[in-house]
Amino acid sequence: MALELHPLEQFKIEELVPIHIGGYDLSFTNASLFMTIAVVLITALLTVPTRRAKLVPGRWQSIAEMSYEFVADMVETNAGHGAEPYFPFIFTLFMFVLLSNFLGLIPYGYTVTSQIIVTFALAAAVFIGVTIVGIVKHGFRFLRLFVPEGVPIVLLVLLVPIELLSYCIRPFTLSIRLFANMLAGHTMLAIFGGFAANVLFVAIFPVALDIAIFALEILVAALQAYVFAILACLYLRDALHLH
Amino acid sequence: MDLASAKMIGAGLACIALVGAGVGIGNVFSSLISAVARNPAAQAQVQPFAFLGFALAEATGLFGLAIAFLILFVF
Repeated sequence: MALELHPLEQFKIEELVPIHIGGYDLSFTNASLFMTIAVVLITALLTVPTRRAKLVPGRWQSIAEMSYEFVADMVETNAGHGAEPYFPFIFTLFMFVLLSNFLGLIPYGYTVTSQIIVTFALAAAVFIGVTIVGIVKHGFRFLRLFVPEGVPIVLLVLLVPIELLSYCIRPFTLSIRLFANMLAGHTMLAIFGGFAANVLFVAIFPVALDIAIFALEILVAALQAYVFAILACLYLRDALHLH
Repeated sequence: MDLASAKMIGAGLACIALVGAGVGIGNVFSSLISAVARNPAAQAQVQPFAFLGFALAEATGLFGLAIAFLILFVF
């Protein structure tokens, strides 16, 4: 008597507060709820401990300062000199993706970044923003990004379309990387949980595997946030410095 | 062949992409270990690149796994 497995049901979007205006569905869903929770938590983490900041920081002030320092260091190392104005954007990206990934790991929590539309919105913001920055800074010379130096003209005919394609595919790979990692991780957790529910006596094995995969998911959550932010920094460097 | 069997076979075939992920991740961390063994002082500098490389190599494998899940549960 096996239970039917529905591992993808955890990603279903449910309307909590239906709001329909003029034919558009603007409901407050469980995804919206968790995005709001993520933003509230980030704001609380950054404003509350630093309100009366001490020279020798306490625990929470330390966490806030370390996260700031980590992203500032990453932006300076990877995006180069002219990238300081873009630090708030990269910081917001990193903290939002990190918190959204972690909130999904809490039992009964919803993983906002497992929806392709959310990750694609973030990746499109990065791609369009970086392209506009490059065009504003360099004008038409921005197209030199696709023409590597010291390449004979014959190879250029082949190389420029390939470079162009790999540039235009960036928002898709950026979004699908995060989305596929979150989807695969949570689906695996649900599938092994389903095995444990079906097999009563040897359920210790799927449960042990689930615990191991859960630990891996914690690593992947942090790592994918880091990779998203660092790739945004690298794309920004490409646009600002054209090589 | 009915749809359910075709789905199972399709999902199984899509998982072959994970071979590439395994080889890639093994390569990245083997290079990290060699580099740190040759020059332990460079560990702090090399490790961020190792994690970036791991995430990018795993991502391509997970593209294949995502297709497998899509075939199994969505189509």
